[in-house]
Amino acid sequence: MQAPVNHIVGLTSIVRERLLPVSGTVLVRLNQKVGSNEVIAETNWSHEHVLLDVARTLRVSPAAADRLIKLKVDDRVLAKTEIAVGSGLFPRIVTAPRDGRVVAVGGGQVLIEVGETKLELRAGIPGTIVEVIPNRGAVIQTAGALIQGVWGNGRIDSGMLVNIAEKPDGVLAANRLDVSLRGSILLAGMVKDAETLKAAAELPVRGLILSSLYPSLIPMAREMRFPIMVTEGFGPLPMNSAAYRLLSTNAKRDVTVNAEVYDRYSGARPEVIIQLPVSSDPPSLREVEEFAPGLQVRMRRPPSMGMIGTITAVPRGLTILPSGLRAPAAEVKLENGDAVIVPLVNLEVVG
Amino acid sequence: MPSSLVDGNSLLAVDIGAANTRAVLFDVVEGEYRFVVSGSAPSTAEAPYKDVSEGARQAIISLQTILGKTLIDGTGNLITPSQANGSGVDALVVTMSAGPTIRAVVVGLLSEVSIESARRLTESTYARIVETIGMNDRRKPEQQIDAVLRVRPDLIVIAGGTDGGASRSIKKLLEPIGLASFLMPEEKRPAVLFAGNEKLSDDVKNLVGSLAPLLHFSPNVRPSLETEDLEPAQRELAHMIVAIRKNQNKGMELLDQWSGGHILPTAYATGRMVRFLAKVYAAKKGILSVDIGASAAIISAGFRSKSTLNVYPQFGLGENLAGLLNFTSLEDILRWSPLDISSGVLRDYLYQKSLYPSTIAATKEDLAMAHSVVRQALYLAMQSARRDFPRNVAHIKPNLTPLFEPILAGGGALSDASRPGQGLLLLLDSLQPVGVTTVILDQNNLLPLLGAAASQNNILPVQVLESGAFLSVGTVVSPVASANYGTPILRGKLTYENGTEARVELKYGSLETLPLPSGEMGKLTVQCLHGADIGFGPGRAPREGFNVSGGALGVVFDGRGRPLDLPSDAVRRRELIKKWNWTIGGE
Repeated sequence: MQAPVNHIVGLTSIVRERLLPVSGTVLVRLNQKVGSNEVIAETNWSHEHVLLDVARTLRVSPAAADRLIKLKVDDRVLAKTEIAVGSGLFPRIVTAPRDGRVVAVGGGQVLIEVGETKLELRAGIPGTIVEVIPNRGAVIQTAGALIQGVWGNGRIDSGMLVNIAEKPDGVLAANRLDVSLRGSILLAGMVKDAETLKAAAELPVRGLILSSLYPSLIPMAREMRFPIMVTEGFGPLPMNSAAYRLLSTNAKRDVTVNAEVYDRYSGARPEVIIQLPVSSDPPSLREVEEFAPGLQVRMRRPPSMGMIGTITAVPRGLTILPSGLRAPAAEVKLENGDAVIVPLVNLEVVG
Repeated sequence: MPSSLVDGNSLLAVDIGAANTRAVLFDVVEGEYRFVVSGSAPSTAEAPYKDVSEGARQAIISLQTILGKTLIDGTGNLITPSQANGSGVDALVVTMSAGPTIRAVVVGLLSEVSIESARRLTESTYARIVETIGMNDRRKPEQQIDAVLRVRPDLIVIAGGTDGGASRSIKKLLEPIGLASFLMPEEKRPAVLFAGNEKLSDDVKNLVGSLAPLLHFSPNVRPSLETEDLEPAQRELAHMIVAIRKNQNKGMELLDQWSGGHILPTAYATGRMVRFLAKVYAAKKGILSVDIGASAAIISAGFRSKSTLNVYPQFGLGENLAGLLNFTSLEDILRWSPLDISSGVLRDYLYQKSLYPSTIAATKEDLAMAHSVVRQALYLAMQSARRDFPRNVAHIKPNLTPLFEPILAGGGALSDASRPGQGLLLLLDSLQPVGVTTVILDQNNLLPLLGAAASQNNILPVQVLESGAFLSVGTVVSPVASANYGTPILRGKLTYENGTEARVELKYGSLETLPLPSGEMGKLTVQCLHGADIGFGPGRAPREGFNVSGGALGVVFDGRGRPLDLPSDAVRRRELIKKWNWTIGGE
């Protein structure tokens, strides 16, 4: 049976496509080196529109109004700019209510895009541009360590990794956050309360790598301006040993936290990337594996949720689980030496 | 002789669920179509595959291993038609529920009329209504445009105007829709279904035709104020959903090619089968089908006058699971649990399970939570679906579930129940049927596949349904009564085919069973006490008795009252649930 893979790898070749949600301008060129915070593409983005019914205001037919409208699509307008003027001794005048850009004209109406903001797409990973996607973005390649998580708040940033989780099941509390941690990316444990997130925001930190987050804090975590990546999930969960080991041994290095929102369909996942110097390209990642003895796996459901182990056998047929359900299962030897039987669907390959 | 039997064509049916893909083979055995074998594999709609055909191929390979016959050739393609050497199949049909929930905007004139019909139409597929625009909407057109842009819909369903009726108001509503589509990047523009005043077709084409990647028309869902006809629009919508999925997932094209275009959304295929069963079998009572899996809860009810199909992605047990808390509380879910589980643990479970929808319960505590969630999700789905049942359906009390015969239940969550008793209790708790009904478990989730197969071979579904491929759990007798706990409310005598008898006394608040094996019939004579009603009127029942069919659990008497009112004391409630589990063989 094919197995899902969660990447926790010390050295690999990482390739990521970064795209604007809408058409824009790409600012990088092929083979250019980029930093993770570097803006690689930008566009103007507006979520607000004003529809002016010129025909109705001037009390003329739509066709007549179209002839009176002085603007065309893509024209920039300032507030109070004249858009159309009626006829008569005291003609009615239609003006732009706000600064904006004309996006449609016709049927006696003018649609103006207002409240425009600039949308900048950052590289997300430090590396080399290996492909430019016209008007949308680029493909970036780098080499280094990769640690994927299960939840991200959609933010991205880079900085020095500081380990303040003495052990994988540590709890990050507000009083642990002092001024010496300002501007750092923190490898922390689980976060249980809002005060901790507030304290992190007040410092501010550049990012949090957490083992778990209490579900009630999700809305607040989404609002934080710094990236938050969760490696295990929700509730009191310790960090898996593979991720903790790799992250803690890379403390004091520059890391990038790209806390992308997990999208199971596109494959976007939150991840930590630690760029490392290499003389040749390391092997690429394997996205698909077959369950087989020798594979390193992580348990995704209780019991032993979050623990890492090695498959020792994949028996044929169905196994009866303690819950009474029957499912294809594997025998797994956990890092603590215990042997457990786990349904295959509750496992993911780590590597 | 039916034409399909002359050829004896084999038919492979593949169902692509959010978590699993199943392949099922139907073939002629001893002159009649039978369910032969099934295979399954994890679905591959998601990354890294993003190709549903891979999961389908793996499921077929799993099937062919059991079957001992080659269906997939060396290049990975399906062998059709079947070959002289025995390899291959004659036809393939596909049903599909995998894929992200479709975001829909509903547009109509009046909220009680066309908007309501458009809502019902949209809820008949894997869509979530994210915005509604109507004539009484007080927002300015630009605010409506911005609202549509904000929700990024995949689909816009427009209804309104009786045939020959209003046209100006609808045209006015189309303007912001057209402008919003115009403002979206071309590849993100929504598909549009127009199911309103048919005279407006040209205007719709003019206003949104050039902007929509897919523009479909269906007969008016509201041809007159008093009439609603969703069926033709549901068929059109089903085709649109498949087309939308084709754009989202590259493997769909291959499956389309293999199946000759016979792909349907799973829910629509289920609804089609229920409509068919209602036409053939529904008498006074309706026919009910429930299905709950990772992608949605589906309630399909067939009555003589009308059939309803409701799909609730918000009550699905997969990636949307954490969102269940928008519709219910942790306490309401935990009321179903036989174990003492804290609300915090359940909350963590819901969020964690939504990260890994395909995982299963390996421990008893996990299973207790999983089954509690299934109960509450199905309960909510049933309560919501009841709003759309026709008003004149047979019932004991209007505020209770109408009378159904039979109830068919399927979906990943129910086929996961390790014992039929577990599955039955889950259904009794969530659906709360009344009167006398047969409960059938669709353990192999065949119903939608038969609905899809019907388009290829109309004799196959009938023969497979009657072949015993479904597991009859038994006959359930659920009196509606008002009595004190422990008071006898029904006495029953079951006379077996060999003349022997078994008796039962049902007390209020309890469950009882009388054995009656599958395939056997018995005559049940009951005496309803304290005004208990099993569908023949308070305190009444036919003196000569009535026939009941057997099943895995025989005849089950549910005396727990309707609506089911669980004790507020948590310890007593859990003890009762354990006792009920024990009584009907759950554990």
